[in-house]
Amino acid sequence: MTGDIAYVLLEDGTRFDGDSVAHDSHATGEVVFTTGMSGYQESMTDPSFANQLITFTYPHIGNYGVSAEAMESDRVHARAAIMRSAVNREDAPNAEGAWLDWLRDCGVPAITGVDTRELVRHIRDGGAMRGGVFPGRIAEHEAMELVRAEPPMAGLDLAREVTPEGVHVVGPHGGPLIAAIDTGIKASIVRHLVQRGARVALHPCGVSATELLQSEPEAVFLANGPGDPAALGYIVDAVRGVLGKKPVWGICLGHQLLSRAVGLDTFKLPFGHRGGNHPVKDVETGRIEITSQNHGFAVVGPGGAHTIDVDEPVRWETDFGTAQLSRVNLYDRTVEGLTLLDIPAGTIQYHPEAGPGPNDALHLFDEFLDQVRPDAAHPDQHAGPDALRR
Amino acid sequence: MPRRDDIQRILILGSGPIVIGQAAEFDYSGVQACKVLKEEGYEVILVNSNPATIMTDPEFADATYVEPLLPGPVAQVIEKERPDALLPTLGGQTALNLARTLHEDGTLERFGVELIGANYDAIGRAEDRDLFGQTMERAGLRMPRSAIATTVEEAEDAADEIGLPAIIRPAFTLGGRGGGIARTREELRTIVARGLDASPIDQVLLDQSVLGWGEFELEVMRDRNDNCVVVCSIENIDPMGVHTGDSVTVAPQQTLTDRLYQRLRDQAFQVIRAVGWRPAGRTCSSRSTRKPRRSSSSR
Repeated sequence: MTGDIAYVLLEDGTRFDGDSVAHDSHATGEVVFTTGMSGYQESMTDPSFANQLITFTYPHIGNYGVSAEAMESDRVHARAAIMRSAVNREDAPNAEGAWLDWLRDCGVPAITGVDTRELVRHIRDGGAMRGGVFPGRIAEHEAMELVRAEPPMAGLDLAREVTPEGVHVVGPHGGPLIAAIDTGIKASIVRHLVQRGARVALHPCGVSATELLQSEPEAVFLANGPGDPAALGYIVDAVRGVLGKKPVWGICLGHQLLSRAVGLDTFKLPFGHRGGNHPVKDVETGRIEITSQNHGFAVVGPGGAHTIDVDEPVRWETDFGTAQLSRVNLYDRTVEGLTLLDIPAGTIQYHPEAGPGPNDALHLFDEFLDQVRPDAAHPDQHAGPDALRR
Repeated sequence: MPRRDDIQRILILGSGPIVIGQAAEFDYSGVQACKVLKEEGYEVILVNSNPATIMTDPEFADATYVEPLLPGPVAQVIEKERPDALLPTLGGQTALNLARTLHEDGTLERFGVELIGANYDAIGRAEDRDLFGQTMERAGLRMPRSAIATTVEEAEDAADEIGLPAIIRPAFTLGGRGGGIARTREELRTIVARGLDASPIDQVLLDQSVLGWGEFELEVMRDRNDNCVVVCSIENIDPMGVHTGDSVTVAPQQTLTDRLYQRLRDQAFQVIRAVGWRPAGRTCSSRSTRKPRRSSSSR
């Protein structure tokens, strides 16, 4: 810890001063906020936060330290942590290290003393925007040049920055093989698939449909990940090549990629959904799950509307037949999941794997895997988790 | 959750005076319930023995009775006001026990009053410690070792199994009035005798001591469609052994990792589902403890 002055600077010139508390460097990217009250380490290591600076709305971060169990990938992907206050204790009951020491060792700058409520209101009004965390020794005009040099999030392919170089396979031999396109998959997703007996092959995001099909998986899984789905045409092409031939299930970015693959459009949300308290309604059963969310883009509703105004399973006509709404976000009425009715495919916008956040939707992993096991007694034609309820 | 149109008049029982074990949160939730039900167009009839609470200000209910929270006076109110339903889940232990009595003595049936929020069996599962323990066991949740005793001799036998120190609590007094921690056989006999006296059904519960463990509470809510939410999480700064009524608490919880917290949340939902509250706005307090990792006295 340096104890030196640091500041947050946004591209519109808004500045918040505070204290530099981790690595004494600067970071630029998109400034976003998460409303999770716990799970700070999971968020920092979630590849979906690549190129983003996380503002924590929870005012006090670091209480329970850091641990290996909370790693969602092998490294920190968020570029900085912006906090109201933080603690650096390693003597918490489950801690293996202290929060700020860990950030510093990972080379990640962090700032405290920021009025995060004001910053979040600013982002809610003006939208997630480019910005940076800077040590006080960097002059504001230099900082602004660095912020402006940062490419905007819309149109950005970040999958290539977080995807692995080669294929690697995890999970038990003999389990149903799931071919995942690794656009920055969270460790919790892999863990929940493997815990349920699946064998998961993680493919680099440049994998082709032919390569996926040649690996003879039981199903194809589209992962979470950072960046704009509209910039990932090559993955969308690969998905188009497997749709209808293998069951396909997508989470988060995977939901957006599958939607684009069937011809639906995506758009950038003003400030995204990030946190562990988003109520999502299953429009078929009426049940509500409190969900973990982390996304800045969303899929348009039928007719191109950004929101769904009815609690009904409305339908889209797509290049691959009819798609049906399965879930809607109760905060802003955006699409949270859909099921393809004519081919085995389904998607979920939020994070059933938690890590961090509620476990309300873990059952979706059971439903997905029950569906794709080769020994499934009467395989329904729909792989989407919702297909099972019909 | 759909609105119920088959009931018009709802009787709410307040919690009476603020005491340890039945603190201001019950009064607060009762006030909120009055507001919400009136907003929804229901007629609210209120009985509360506490004239000092804002709840008994005239504007909070259509008819307000400042009467003792006892079966006789409340039965008279029911006879006069003829409510369709009784909502007993917002007045703490006092209201729950009163609702049980009014069910058992036939008052509710006689005047056709439906218990809403929690039915008679669910109140029993939550408030009768033996039934609660069985319910938790069936739900697969671990509890401290415990036993029920109705005499001092039974309690002494039970203590051989559970070990000392043991926590002794009289049944049907949520705040622990009449209970205590027995470290010796002699203390055990004294506290059990006192507890049996304090319990309206002459029953005490003996629990394995979790003194020194961390204490967490979750306030959870469940609706008729089985949707559950956490209203808030609470962490006691003082360890187990300092009575909740004396303990400083902070909300939300501060020191659980996300994974531990989510596990606690899952378990709280298991509890409310197993007990079977199907409430319209009932908060159910679920407690959990965590053993200190560096405890040198762990068994």
